[in-house]
Amino acid sequence: MKIRAQIGMVLNLDKCIGCHTCSVTCKNVWTSRQGVEYAWFNNVESKPGIGYPHDWENQDRWNGGWISKGGKLKPKMGGKFRLLAKIFSNPDLPEIDDYYEPFTFNYAHLQNAPEMTAPPVARPHSMITGELMEKPEMGPNWEEILGGEFEKRSKDYNFKDVEKQIYGEFENTFMMYLPRLCEHCLNPSCVASCPSGAIYKREEDGIVLIDQDKCRGWRMCISGCPYKKIYFNWQSGKSEKCIFCYPRIESGEPTVCAETCVGRIRSLGVILYDADKIEEMANMSDEKDLYQAQLDMFMDPNDPEVIAQARKDGVPDSWLEAAKNSPVYKMAIDWKVAFPLHPEYRTLPMVWYVPPLSPIQNAISQGKIEDTSVLPEIKSLRIPVKYLANMLTAGDETPIVYALERMLAMRKFQRAKRVDNETLTEVLEAVGMSEHMVEDMYRIMALAAYEDRYVIPSNHREYAGDSPFDNELAFDTKSSCGFSFGNGCATGESKLGLFGTKTHGNTMSGKVRNENI
Amino acid sequence: MNYLNQFFFAYFPYVALGIFVIGSALRYDRDQYSWKADSSQLLSKKGMRVGSNLFHIGIIFLFFGHFVGLLTPQWVYHPFMSPGFKQVMAMTAGGVFGTLCLIGLVMLLNRRLTNPRIRATSHFADIMILVVLLVQLLLGLITIPYSAQHLDGSSMIALANWAQHVVTFRSGAAEFIIHEAWVFKLHLVLGMSIFVLFPFTRLVHIWSVPVQYLTRSNYQIVRKRF
Repeated sequence: MKIRAQIGMVLNLDKCIGCHTCSVTCKNVWTSRQGVEYAWFNNVESKPGIGYPHDWENQDRWNGGWISKGGKLKPKMGGKFRLLAKIFSNPDLPEIDDYYEPFTFNYAHLQNAPEMTAPPVARPHSMITGELMEKPEMGPNWEEILGGEFEKRSKDYNFKDVEKQIYGEFENTFMMYLPRLCEHCLNPSCVASCPSGAIYKREEDGIVLIDQDKCRGWRMCISGCPYKKIYFNWQSGKSEKCIFCYPRIESGEPTVCAETCVGRIRSLGVILYDADKIEEMANMSDEKDLYQAQLDMFMDPNDPEVIAQARKDGVPDSWLEAAKNSPVYKMAIDWKVAFPLHPEYRTLPMVWYVPPLSPIQNAISQGKIEDTSVLPEIKSLRIPVKYLANMLTAGDETPIVYALERMLAMRKFQRAKRVDNETLTEVLEAVGMSEHMVEDMYRIMALAAYEDRYVIPSNHREYAGDSPFDNELAFDTKSSCGFSFGNGCATGESKLGLFGTKTHGNTMSGKVRNENI
Repeated sequence: MNYLNQFFFAYFPYVALGIFVIGSALRYDRDQYSWKADSSQLLSKKGMRVGSNLFHIGIIFLFFGHFVGLLTPQWVYHPFMSPGFKQVMAMTAGGVFGTLCLIGLVMLLNRRLTNPRIRATSHFADIMILVVLLVQLLLGLITIPYSAQHLDGSSMIALANWAQHVVTFRSGAAEFIIHEAWVFKLHLVLGMSIFVLFPFTRLVHIWSVPVQYLTRSNYQIVRKRF
């Protein structure tokens, strides 16, 4: 047994309103630079839809993640030799058009246009070539609120084994939002597919990072990641990804996407897991066992044996304390209402999702039949359970039904308590919950106060190595440059760089590259 | 003429090797963020599959062909191979892989110059190094008919002697070259010039061929902070 700690995230999709605040704040902080205009470390997709980039969930097309073949786990792209054979031209690499060609509008024209009979229009220009684009063909959220024809959106991978035609009809349509970011997996396939060894998982908090100096731009990680959450910076020639706002996490603050979430859907907390089990658990022969396997890896933070072992493995006490109050642990393990996104990719992702409830659409809801059951039939929810199961449990509907029932029960119990002043214990009994449990669930998932959502221990002194509080370092680091690309304080940019300069200036300034319109 | 010969084949090799080694080390040390393959496949994959594969496979074989061909001492292969046979082998292999490389290189150069996205994101050095490689490749291919005029391997042995004298720091290397055909001389000078350009272009990615990936014991990498 080797216990490690990780900061995990849970997104309560039941409360996501699809406002994109997470995406925009993340973009402003991390990817408003040349080369990554098209990259969204966090993006929100409207489901059903093929998503961003095109069809990312379909690993028959992109070959991301792992496969278990002959009892051995290996990247779906191929073993080490096959992967290296793709290095000159990677057939599994998306093109920028699969994301979208970054564009800006020619705003200056609105002010500079000569007198015309028609009002001037700001037309889109490519940020790469500067050329006029007839029209943008794709964007980070092209299918917003079910945009586009059902025919295209129905290629959604989660419709597997679902009779999907009826969901194209207006009366039967359904939708949900899916905010996505790097999963900071326990068995990351990006790390495994990086030929340079530039990607690594941090031992102390599980954040997966790319060493920008060591990255050589072989671009295998982009294909390796089944979530397509590694982006190639076309200007720097290196890969970049969500960094889980590690400077904030280290100081005990939530990530930017979580901090700014207006729906309070995101929670962050410590999970303890057994690192020795990773390979075995990711290698389950039946895909449907992967969700349970991952649960089995997580350790009970209240178990004295676990605590003793964790201490021995170097997990600091403040982290063990935080693990006991972790909202992520409660939702994922105690209440089993949160699930990993596409466990069948075998990466053991650590950003989990609470499936959304949806309107009940049958005779009961229309009042034609009297509701005699304790809980409504989950199958009558507007979003098909199979669809959610394909997304969150490799197609196994049982755990999804269980979670949705618990959420419905919580709702019904709290409604009766607050509106009718009744205590509906039979509702709780039906889903095997105690009153204490449902109150706790209500506090964490519904009220979701800031300090209940984010239980993040600040990074521990032991992890810090030489820190400004140690020695002369305090003087050395005073007034220095902080975070920068390139070599120390130098940005690696100069007008006459011997080793190559940038081809593009600030692409995010709203200026068109070619001034000719 | 004699002075030029002395300069290019006795002194220039050391200048080129010096810039190659020291330049690479400096770039690696001072500006590693710029050390990359600089792939443009994300922006356009058209022509990459055939072009890039042919180019790279061709040039890797050519590189090792030159390396082994020039630097293997005569006494090593003499017992089982005549110089004439070795020359014909070199001409054949060089011709085949040179042609593959040429097809790929022309495709890549065409892509770089005519694809608007690739053109807009190209540095001067990206285009320049492709042109230099193209000229060098053509010169190399032109040497084949010249070699065909004397199949005894004498010219090949002279060139190998030159290379072996250079890398073992022996004097008189330039003497071996002086009577060779113009095309060999040009090919050598441009070849050494590529070593000069090497640290200042994307060619540095050659240093970073990820062979260690094959020997990495574990797929996963976990870093400790301390």
